Amino acid sequence: MIPELGQFSLILAFCLSLLLGALPLAGAATGNALWMSLGRPLSAGLFVFLGLCLLILGHAFVTDDFSVRVVAAQSNSLLPMQYKFTALWGGHEGSFLLWTFMLAGWILAVSLFSADMPREFTARVLGVLGLLCASYILFMLATSNPFDRMTPVPPADGADLNSALQDIGFILHPPTLYMGYVGFSVVFAFAIAALLSGRLDAAWARWSRPWANVSWAILTIGIALGSWWAYYELGWGGWWAWDPVENPPLITWLFGAALIHSLAVSEKRGVFKSWTVLLAILAFGGSLLGTFITRSGLLTSVHAFASDPSRGVFILAILGVFVGGALLLFALRAPLIKSGFGFGSLSREVFLLANNIILAVAAASVFLGTLFPMFYQAITGDLISIGPPYFNVIFVPLMILLIVLLGIGPVSRWKKTSGAYLWRQLGKLAVASALIGVALPLIVLLDVSIPATIAVALAAWIVLTIGRDLRAKTANKPSRWRGLRSLGYGYFGMQGAHFGVAVMLVGVAMTSWFSSETSVLLRPGETVALGGYDFRFAGAERIAGPNYNADRATVMVTRNGAEVAELQPELRVYLASGAPSTEMAIDPSLLRDLFVTPGEIRENGAWTMTVYVKPFVRWIWLGAIFMALGATVASADRRYRKLATAKPRDKARDETRDETGQASGLGGLRPAAGGEA
Amino acid sequence: MSKPLFFIPAAVFLLLAVFLWRGLYLDPTELPSVLIDKPMPAFAMTNLADEPVDNTDLPGRVFLLNVWGSYCLPCLVEHPTLMRLSEEGEFPVVGVNYKDRQPLALDWLELHGNPFEYSILDEDGRFGIDLGVYGAPETFLVDGEGVIRYRHVGVLDETVWRDVFAPAIAELRAGAPRS
Amino acid sequence: MMKPHRRKRLGIILFIATGLSVAAGLTLYALSQNINMFYSPSQVANGEVGADTMFRIGGMVKDGSVDQRADSLAVSFVTTDFVHEVPIEYEGILPDLFREGQGIVAEGRLDTAGVFQASRVLAKHDENYMSPEVKAALERAGASPESHRFGESAEY
Repeated sequence: MIPELGQFSLILAFCLSLLLGALPLAGAATGNALWMSLGRPLSAGLFVFLGLCLLILGHAFVTDDFSVRVVAAQSNSLLPMQYKFTALWGGHEGSFLLWTFMLAGWILAVSLFSADMPREFTARVLGVLGLLCASYILFMLATSNPFDRMTPVPPADGADLNSALQDIGFILHPPTLYMGYVGFSVVFAFAIAALLSGRLDAAWARWSRPWANVSWAILTIGIALGSWWAYYELGWGGWWAWDPVENPPLITWLFGAALIHSLAVSEKRGVFKSWTVLLAILAFGGSLLGTFITRSGLLTSVHAFASDPSRGVFILAILGVFVGGALLLFALRAPLIKSGFGFGSLSREVFLLANNIILAVAAASVFLGTLFPMFYQAITGDLISIGPPYFNVIFVPLMILLIVLLGIGPVSRWKKTSGAYLWRQLGKLAVASALIGVALPLIVLLDVSIPATIAVALAAWIVLTIGRDLRAKTANKPSRWRGLRSLGYGYFGMQGAHFGVAVMLVGVAMTSWFSSETSVLLRPGETVALGGYDFRFAGAERIAGPNYNADRATVMVTRNGAEVAELQPELRVYLASGAPSTEMAIDPSLLRDLFVTPGEIRENGAWTMTVYVKPFVRWIWLGAIFMALGATVASADRRYRKLATAKPRDKARDETRDETGQASGLGGLRPAAGGEA
Repeated sequence: MSKPLFFIPAAVFLLLAVFLWRGLYLDPTELPSVLIDKPMPAFAMTNLADEPVDNTDLPGRVFLLNVWGSYCLPCLVEHPTLMRLSEEGEFPVVGVNYKDRQPLALDWLELHGNPFEYSILDEDGRFGIDLGVYGAPETFLVDGEGVIRYRHVGVLDETVWRDVFAPAIAELRAGAPRS
Repeated sequence: MMKPHRRKRLGIILFIATGLSVAAGLTLYALSQNINMFYSPSQVANGEVGADTMFRIGGMVKDGSVDQRADSLAVSFVTTDFVHEVPIEYEGILPDLFREGQGIVAEGRLDTAGVFQASRVLAKHDENYMSPEVKAALERAGASPESHRFGESAEY
């Protein structure tokens, strides 16, 4: 009976979302204040009913109601309790419900924090989001109802959750990723509202920025969690596989990063506005494409849900209506946007433009590499795959270029910067970075390595330019401390995120070039040496877990005779599904991970295993945390609150400010404190 | 900048959408079978009741060959449709008990009801290989001469019956009135 | 007054266009260098693949063909699409789900003796996953014995 309540609540949510999609938009078009004011209560109702759906489905999972089809497919009575609930998003239907609920959460947030925006604008934003939400719920009702029952006879027990998903990383990864993904719908809705109203101005960019920053920050964490999960769960020693399902979040992330920077220019200087709108649409398109790829079975991969063309057609229709419609609207409205063009060929605008081009090219090349096998098959009928080297060949030079610019951008000035000025500011730092790049690997590794030199030099470049900029910006203040305090969250956010790039760069470079691994066959008592460590296979035992049986090996790791770690990898067999699973064992630390992946057990008691030493691998995720924190801090900048309360409702006034109000931007370094992160 | 430039993103997207739409159908779940319009492979096996069965035991009219297993939950979904067909009796249903264990299969039939004339016992999946079976459930439409006319991969529920099988049978009867 | 303005704009557009075309060129080049074709055992047996090209092969592991050395990680097996067979040699740890009668994809090259020297072997990631490549290879050859578990078939 309870699942039917969930079904009912889903239908109610659908009606509410339709109303939300219709009334405020109609109200904004006709000037009907009552209709516009309905946005907030409708958003709240939508949130409540979708939340109820989620709770009811969660209840079915927790109470082992195997008459509900998704419970029978993804859960099992033996599954530990915490996984019973999270099994909810282990399959297509449940995870889509979660996705839709996240959207409702964002809608509610918009309706709550929109007091400072003009009524019409808020109404349009909520309307667009309502339509989007309605299309998602319709999709669920039509093709993937989470409350479907197994008729006529429910199975006695469920088929169990895929063992790779029974894990803390999996508990956290999808909700975070979805939340970040869906956040870009908000930025998209802002862009559409701006296109609809024809007021694509600095105020629009200012309103969008905190939302874009927060979405991007959450998406960063979501992707990092996914990478971390793949690293320790899939056990092949890598942290990124260029898997067709990993790539769409990355595409969205790259567009999102470009968007954050481009919004800064649009707000501060009133230029690139149509480009910014296009980026908002593309970032949202990337997030929908990700859904499309995982849920249509277009590209089968490790974590694709099972294929079903009818779902694919539906999502493609959503994609077509929203992204296609938005691009059409863009084509019709964008030419009317007046964009200023007052900047020199060497200016902060140009550096940010270059940043945008690099990020967009990176996103486009990932997109091409991901979908190329499909294009190829559609045209020639042959099956191909694109090797990871493709992505590396594209990415490495682009990122090197990006990081070089990353050092220059924040130091350069709006409108016009002279080359001599930049050289004065940065010349010494460039030389210093190059020297550090050569010296440091030489001292530590006693070896010359070009990749290490480039990576260290670039990381030094980022850190040195950040330090140099901080010093310059606090130089004229009575004290350093007062100077720092005057800089604002936006500035610190930007520099924090940029520092995260340096940290991640070190992690990526060190892990990529200095990891060692070896696959061996070890009998108990035997030792293998790798990267300065000795791994001794001490023995194996059989153990019983809550819902699995396992063989557990004990591997003692020593370095120069001193014990470093004891690793216990397991070979599990899950009771419900009979599925085998390898559990690797990791000894993590800031400077290196040691890790053992078990292979199989031979008849004589010998184990095959792969042993890895991975230096600095944690820095990759540490860098992501810095980036996410930076973006979040920047979104809390007081400007968004202070300027918002000025209620710039008057369009004419706003536009004058665009043209004239930026004169102070030339006055020195101070305005850069706004936070171009 | 001239106006047409702004249509480029929309045009690129349109092209992409066409590809994506085509792409959806590149990875077909409806697998073509090489056996379409070919006679059923020769077999001499036993059924679930341990009686010998071979090609001469096939119904001499249009029938369905349904691949199933007691492990197969979707088979339960299509089960009511098969029961209805077998009760109506117009189209006999012959089962292939695929990669299953005989006692489990017998229990399953007893628990849920038996829509099959008989079920060919294919514990190791050899007959499945001959048929090109991809998994359970699958259903073949075989005509009176023992020629395979259609293959459906996945659940055969009422919708599939109405939209796929009924027209295929009608076509079969109109095109080749041999059954 | 408009002229320098226009020239600057033209300069920026040229700058973008050059950047984009260089990027596009490099991308396409990288793409062309990294395409791995996919072949079925029948195609390999028919000599459709040149020597020393990197490619992927997909098929079923033939029952009883897996031969693992007791004292090393070297393993050899035969992959089949039930029409033709191709022997494969590999040194390393096989994936969890590598079993006789299962679908696999291997990446590598053919040696002069016609043995596929695999640098990587991928099995189905779990019961719910079958590489579309294996599926297609088997379809081409016209046979595909793959037992469905609920997770996969339920989605039909």
